[in-house]
This record gives sequence, C-alpha cells and structure tokens, in this order.
Amino acid sequence: MQKFSAFSLFRQALGAHQGWKPQWRSVKPKAAYDIIIVGGGGHGLGAAYYLAKQHGLRNIAVVERGWLAGGNTARNTTIIRSNYLFDESSSYYEHSLKLWEGLSQELNYNVMFSQRGCLMIAHTVHDVQVFKRHVYANRLNGIDNEWLTPQEVKEFCPPLNISPNIRYPILGGALQRRAGTARHDAVAWGFARAASDMGVDIIENCEVTGITRAPSGEVTGVETTLGPIKARKIGVSAAGHSSVVMGMAGIRLPLQSNPLQALVSEPVKPAFPTIVMSNTIHAYISQSDKGEMVIGAGTDGYVSYTQRGGLHIPAHTLEAITELCPMFRRLRMMRSWGGITDNTPDRSPITAKTSVPGLYVNCGWGTGGFKATPGAANLFAWTIAKDEPHPINAPFTIERFREGALIDEAAAAAVAH
Amino acid sequence: MLLIKCPYCGERAEVEFANGGEAHIARPADPMALNDEQWAQYLYMRDNPKGLIAERWRHAHGCGRFFNALRDTRTDRFVMTYEMGQPRPDITPEQAAEAAR
Ligand SMILES: Cc1cc2nc3c(=O)[nH]c(=O)nc-3n(C[C@H](O)[C@H](O)[C@H](O)COP(=O)(O)OP(=O)(O)OC[C@H]3O[C@@H](n4cnc5c(N)ncnc54)[C@H](O)[C@@H]3O)c2cc1C
Ligand SMILES: [Zn+2]
Repeated sequence: MQKFSAFSLFRQALGAHQGWKPQWRSVKPKAAYDIIIVGGGGHGLGAAYYLAKQHGLRNIAVVERGWLAGGNTARNTTIIRSNYLFDESSSYYEHSLKLWEGLSQELNYNVMFSQRGCLMIAHTVHDVQVFKRHVYANRLNGIDNEWLTPQEVKEFCPPLNISPNIRYPILGGALQRRAGTARHDAVAWGFARAASDMGVDIIENCEVTGITRAPSGEVTGVETTLGPIKARKIGVSAAGHSSVVMGMAGIRLPLQSNPLQALVSEPVKPAFPTIVMSNTIHAYISQSDKGEMVIGAGTDGYVSYTQRGGLHIPAHTLEAITELCPMFRRLRMMRSWGGITDNTPDRSPITAKTSVPGLYVNCGWGTGGFKATPGAANLFAWTIAKDEPHPINAPFTIERFREGALIDEAAAAAVAH
Repeated sequence: MLLIKCPYCGERAEVEFANGGEAHIARPADPMALNDEQWAQYLYMRDNPKGLIAERWRHAHGCGRFFNALRDTRTDRFVMTYEMGQPRPDITPEQAAEAAR
C-alpha cells in the first residue's frame, strides 16, 4: 500500500504524478472464502476491514453488484451525529462518531471529517420539548448536545431567518458541536484500500443471486453472476436490497424500501457554517467543501427500487429551505438524485445473527446510516467473527420485533438524514 | 410524480394520495389465539418485493377511500388498481412485462 503523506505527494510530484498505483487490487473471485460480505458500500467494506484488522481474519471477499460504493454511500448527504434519544441508540451512534474522529489517521486516507456542528431547529412547543428531552438524555450519556435560544441560533448560523412572522418561526435549536460531515466516497475508498492491503478480495460487478445452504440449514456459499462461491459465513450489508438478498435464505425482514432524494446547488463561496435540520418542515442543508449546498429531501412514501422518486418531494423541501434561509432564493439547483433506503418500523437498525447458521445481517439503516458507517462495520465484524453480538449492538436484533423491545427513534430520525 | 387511477374518481396526481403499505394483510380473526411470532409477522414483517407489489392507497385529498393497486417497484408502473375487498387479481405475462418495461 502506498502511504499518503506530504512527503509522498512531493516525491510523486517530482515524477509528474506518474507513480501512483491503483488503491485496491482488482480480482476475480476464488472458489471459496471463510467469509463473504454481500454489498460493497461503506458498511460492507468497513466490515471486511475490521474483520481483517481486529479479528485477524484474512480469507474474506466483498461482493458488490455494481461498482464500489455506488449505492447509498454515494448518494447520501453525509450528516454525522450521535444525538439519538435512547441509551441503546446513542451508544451505538456515539461508538461510530468516536471512530469517525480517528478514521483519517487510522486509514491513512483523508475522509474529510469536518466537525462543523449539527443544529436541529424547533418550530413548535412540541419540538422544543422533544429536543430538550434529547439534550438532557444525551448529556446524561456523556454525549454533547446543547440548547440554543433563537438569538443564539442566529449567532451560530447567520443565514437563518429567526423572524417570528414566518409560517414556522424558529423557537430555538439543539446543537451537537461534534457532529459534522465527511466525504462519502473517501470513506468507502479508504476502507477498500486498507482491507485490500490486508488480503481482502473486493469483487465488483458481481451480483449475488442466491444463498446456498446445507441440508442441516447452515450457509455454504452464494450464487453470483460470476458463478458460485463457497463461504462458511455470509454477512449481508445490502442497504435498500436487504429484503431481496435475505429473501434468498428464506428470511423475511421488517423492512420497507423507499426512495430518498437529495439535491445540490451550484457551488458558491463559503456561506453556510454548519448543518441545519428541521424535522417539522422537513428540510436539512449543509455546504460541501466544493461549495454546493447539499440538501436532503423527504422520503417518497411507497416501496420502490427505482432510485428516483417524485419532483414534488424536493420541491417541498426547497420551499422550506427558502423560507428558513431567504438568501438561497436565487440559488440554482444543479443535480438531484435518489437512493433506496431500507426502513424499519422503529427507525432503528438491525445488526445481528439470524435464524440461519452462518448468516448475519446489517440492515435497516434506512435514511440515516452513513453516520454509522465505521461503527456498524466495526460491530458487524465483531458479530460475524465471534458469532455473537457486541454488547452495543446486542439490542439491535430481528427478534426485538417479536419480543416488543423496539427502539423507537422516530423522533430522532423523523427527518430523513 | 405518479399518475394514480382511483377506482372511484379516475386518474389523479400522486399528491392527492397516501400510500397504505402492503395490501391483503388480514387482521387476525382471533387475536388472542396468536403467538408472539405470528403477531410480529402481522404487525411488522413485510414482503418488500423488487418486482410486483400489491399495495393499498388512499385517495386522501379526494374521495377519501382506500383501494388496492398492483405496481412494479422496479419501474413504478401500475398494472391496475382495484377496489378494496377484491382478491389480488391474476395478471397476464404481457401485463407483467409491460409493467416491468
Ligand atoms: C438521499 C439520501 C440521503 C441520506 N443522507 C444521510 C445522511 O445525511 N446521514 C446519514 O447518516 N445517512 C444518510 N443516508 C443513509 C445512508 O446513505 C445509508 O444508511 C448508508 O449509506 C447505508 O450504508 P451502506 O454502505 O450499507 O449502503 P450502500 O452504499 O447502498 O451499500 C449497499 C451495497 O449493496 C449492494 N448490493 C445490493 N444487492 C446486492 C446483491 N444482490 N449482490 C451484491 N451486492 C448487492 C448495492 O449495490 C450497494 O452498493 C442517506 C441516504 C440517501 C439515499
Ligand atoms: Zn377517489
């Protein structure tokens, strides 16, 4: 692996940058692996990385139907935060946030994690009560989150309109200062590069079409468009396609796959210092390092695998954004797109063993799993390696829907983020 | 935006409708007789198909009535809509191919 540093950049410059090598090996699948990860998004690549790095396993393949990280990893608005309400969730998301804080160093790859804060604004008395409850719950768990008055909101983020005369006036906001954004591709590429370097095979353009099992029930491998591959363990991290892949092993999940859309504006000079989210009027916005305003729209309310969605959904979001930040009224939008998100009824994920021996699943991250990329990857790897969950992801089972132990984060996750 | 055919009012824009999830999930006749697993299946587990789905819609900003629809989730093309209470219709291979197109 070529190490990246100021010095390596300088040396490559002397050679007119002709000496850079591909960052991961391009391989054909072997006949068998110890572990196959289905899905080469950030979660799947990260799981392979941690399996190799922390659990000393090397005979691993990541199988991706398209190109590397072309799914939701490439399509999301990269908001990273850990201010979820319940103890179970906040410890999971905080585990991830802590990993983000050291990730660029760990991977020797700049994931451009920028802790510019995330401000969730309140427009109703109900919002105020809910967010304050979040602030207190988070602080009891040692997670930073603080309440800002409208004036403090304005000082922290001057483009916001705090006039009491707008349709949904700003009554205050909850600010997590350690929250931020990261470069979506870089996370996947960084994990891929480091995993490949430790011997993990990354196989692109190879769709899993079946899961094969022994008469006794345990998994024996996968069928793919490049032929069968044997495996002792299979970890499925297929985001919007989780129901489809798990269905190949006869497992039904509590998931609905919905389109979620986002859009970006033309690039402008630095104008927006933080991330602003509003659950009530459904809008969120931040500025990328390239200068584009990155705007997340709402979920299209029906099952679909089209990665499209209707134009009225982003239009609604833009109405909200331009009322909150009137200076964006003349900004032109450049691109919009959709991804397929896998949503659970309680808006919390599943990272767990399944009833099929040797089959593991990490899914249900829905509209908010980018922030969990290193954390979920790390705990999914643990669960696969040890055949049991880590205490942090132990509550995030499929069985919780049978036992009634739901982790209802609808209030934290109501806005798709 | 989808164009949806309400069986009562005709074709209208999607913004008039609310999606009601998977169709034909019957409320258990004798809830007390169900075990936890059956309850979980009824309440939470869903087919979530990539392909044909039978789903409920409500013409929320119109006649207010529920109806069912067959749609291909790979293309969002509707095969047909039909009234509540009717069984899931059989469709021809040509209809399925048209919806998948
Ligand atoms: C518009 C939008 C905005 C979002 N904004 C945020 C945000 O601000 N913050 C946040 O935390 N989260 C956000 N999310 C959610 C986040 O993107 C996802 O939860 C997260 O990326 C899922 O991680 P992943 O890496 O597993 O997904 P993916 O990158 O989708 O990886 C899954 C992979 O599995 C592959 N796959 C599927 N089926 C098969 C098969 N049969 N064989 C082989 N491979 C297969 C897919 O091709 C895909 O590459 C957003 C999502 C969208 C769509
Ligand atoms: Zn009608």
